[in-house]
Amino acid sequence: MSSRPAPTDPTVRALVSMVQSGLTRRRMLGLGGGAAAAALLAACAPPTPPAAGKTDVVLPKDLSATDKVINWANWTAYLDVDDATKTHPTLEAFQKATGITVNYSEDIDDNNTYFNKIAPQLREKQAIGRDLFVFTDWMANRVLREGLAQPLDLIQMPHAPNLLPSLREVSFDPGRRYSLPWQGGFGGIGYNKNKLGRDLKNVSDLWAPDLKGKVVVLSEFRDTAGLIMQANGVDISGSFTKAQVQTAFEEVSKHIADGSIRRVKGNSYLEDLKSGNAIAGIVWSGDLATLKAETEDDSWTFVLPESGGTIWTDNMMIPITSAHRSNTMKLMDYYYQPEVAAQVAAYVNYICPVLGAQEELAKTDATTAANPFIFPTDTFLTEQKVQAFRALTSDEDADYSTLWSKVLGE
Amino acid sequence: MTALAQAQIANTTAVEGDHRVKGRRITPYLLLIPGLLWLVMFFVVPMVQLAIVSIESKFPGYPGYYYLDWNVFNYANALSEFWPQLLRSFLFAGLATIMAFLIGYPLAYAMAFKAGRWRNVMMICVVAPFFTSFILRTIAWRQILADEGPIASTLNALHLLPGGHITETWVAVVAGLTYNFLPFMTLPIYSSLERVDPKVIEAGGDLYANGLTTFRRVTLPMSMPGVLAGTLMTFIPAAGDYVNADLLGSDIDTKMVGNVIESQFFRVPGGFPTAAALSFTLMAIILLMLFAYTRRFGTEELL
Repeated sequence: MSSRPAPTDPTVRALVSMVQSGLTRRRMLGLGGGAAAAALLAACAPPTPPAAGKTDVVLPKDLSATDKVINWANWTAYLDVDDATKTHPTLEAFQKATGITVNYSEDIDDNNTYFNKIAPQLREKQAIGRDLFVFTDWMANRVLREGLAQPLDLIQMPHAPNLLPSLREVSFDPGRRYSLPWQGGFGGIGYNKNKLGRDLKNVSDLWAPDLKGKVVVLSEFRDTAGLIMQANGVDISGSFTKAQVQTAFEEVSKHIADGSIRRVKGNSYLEDLKSGNAIAGIVWSGDLATLKAETEDDSWTFVLPESGGTIWTDNMMIPITSAHRSNTMKLMDYYYQPEVAAQVAAYVNYICPVLGAQEELAKTDATTAANPFIFPTDTFLTEQKVQAFRALTSDEDADYSTLWSKVLGE
Repeated sequence: MTALAQAQIANTTAVEGDHRVKGRRITPYLLLIPGLLWLVMFFVVPMVQLAIVSIESKFPGYPGYYYLDWNVFNYANALSEFWPQLLRSFLFAGLATIMAFLIGYPLAYAMAFKAGRWRNVMMICVVAPFFTSFILRTIAWRQILADEGPIASTLNALHLLPGGHITETWVAVVAGLTYNFLPFMTLPIYSSLERVDPKVIEAGGDLYANGLTTFRRVTLPMSMPGVLAGTLMTFIPAAGDYVNADLLGSDIDTKMVGNVIESQFFRVPGGFPTAAALSFTLMAIILLMLFAYTRRFGTEELL
């Protein structure tokens, strides 16, 4: 034994002694043995179908009356902000009127990431600390299929009938018994006209040599690959094939590899546009309006490609384990009042799902009220070849998600 | 009578003594209970769970549900599919460890021997970044390295940046890893250098060794425990890190195994077994490397 001192850090000391003692192997074997025995017992039984979508779920006790709180998980740039005070005016008004405290958090950057973070707990019927979450149609479909949302009590929501007739019937939630749209939006092309010095009209314009490394695209493949498929002449709302999806994915791969696409991200692509790392990309319609306000630069432009753009709706739902459903329904109802909806729409610039909001907004701001990206008419949607990405079966969903993760190098 | 009384007294003392011995024997175990409970709850149980998930299969038709069928092929599949990311993790972690050593050792040396009254200030500078969250620090690096930031714009003006940008390259990822784990390298080295008696170094000079020889034969060997601790504490977390590759890397050739695990857990429906298998593979490889490393560097002398 020399006089060298032992490592001082207890973790390292433990690691070193563990390795030296050789106990690791024995301990690991012992551990493995225990697990193996437990697993063997379980493996004898044939797999029983999981309890997905079971209806006999007992809802947690509603604590709304005593616990005046709502925890709301939403996407970034999705609620009106007062630039001076950095508060949300409509939310402040709601809190003042009802005495309910709303904890608003911009938790959601991507449907998959957020859903998979909370889903294991929800499936076990454990609380997730949220009373309201907002998911895009296809993910709302998955949430409802797994029975992870509470039914809405429409009698408590007198303003809910203000929902646009075109959104009342959706395949994943007939009669809107579990969900109410928050906002909708378009997937299209966004760019900074000043920095670029010209206009972009098609998806292929994004791969121009002078834009190399300055393009961001959405990690939502229904929008990114959807736009490319539309450019390839595929009807994304109809029956397309796996090969057509793969072609679009390969195109994205190619442009990542040749350095055209800088990053593939969820809502955080906005940071790259702000910092100047990127000046164009495949983006969501309303985000560019927020970007205009935040960068005080009016040259940010959103267009739908000539070959067509995508449309989607994000839906508010109450997680199955929420204990504040009356409060939450009050909040959902509040946002279905035309004057409140108009206030939100004027700020977020996404598609407003509330009847009468356009008329309400026209009183104060005629330009915004005439914006077809906020209040689209049927003619506009047809002319611009706007399509919703068809609902995928769960097998297709898993298959394409796996392929997409390969595109992202994961 | 006296004899009896004495015998009784002797008896009681013996009994009391027994109690005391028993008490002394139990106390250490009682003290262990909180730690053991902690380990069982937050280490053993999750590990067993993860091990079971790693040999499960997806339930057909029910995305997000799994059943146990002893599918050890999960490991083979995960490895054959994701070995590039696994290899890259160790490469990046290795590079970051070397970089952290090259920066951290002189820093620790200066702090221990040359800093004088600046020692505490330097110490605070090394530790201060810990007061901010890891993610925020990495996002700050994105800003520092951004195209219109000072570094990238200077390099671009000098035409020294081939791709035109620093973020979304492997250089940015390794730089981020190095920066984030630098204190883990510096502090252990500092703490072992600090205990080196300056007289020993003087003695080296007295025995006609020049500065370099003294360093090589005296200072460096005496700081080896710190170097060992520092490299382990840098390499192990760096190999499993995914934040740096996610925030500073690209989507093509800088993804590490942590990103794959994250993606399989959170993005790919039915990816839990692959993610669990990869986690275990990562752990196994790190344990093996640790074993080889401590053997090679003769740590039997350390404990």
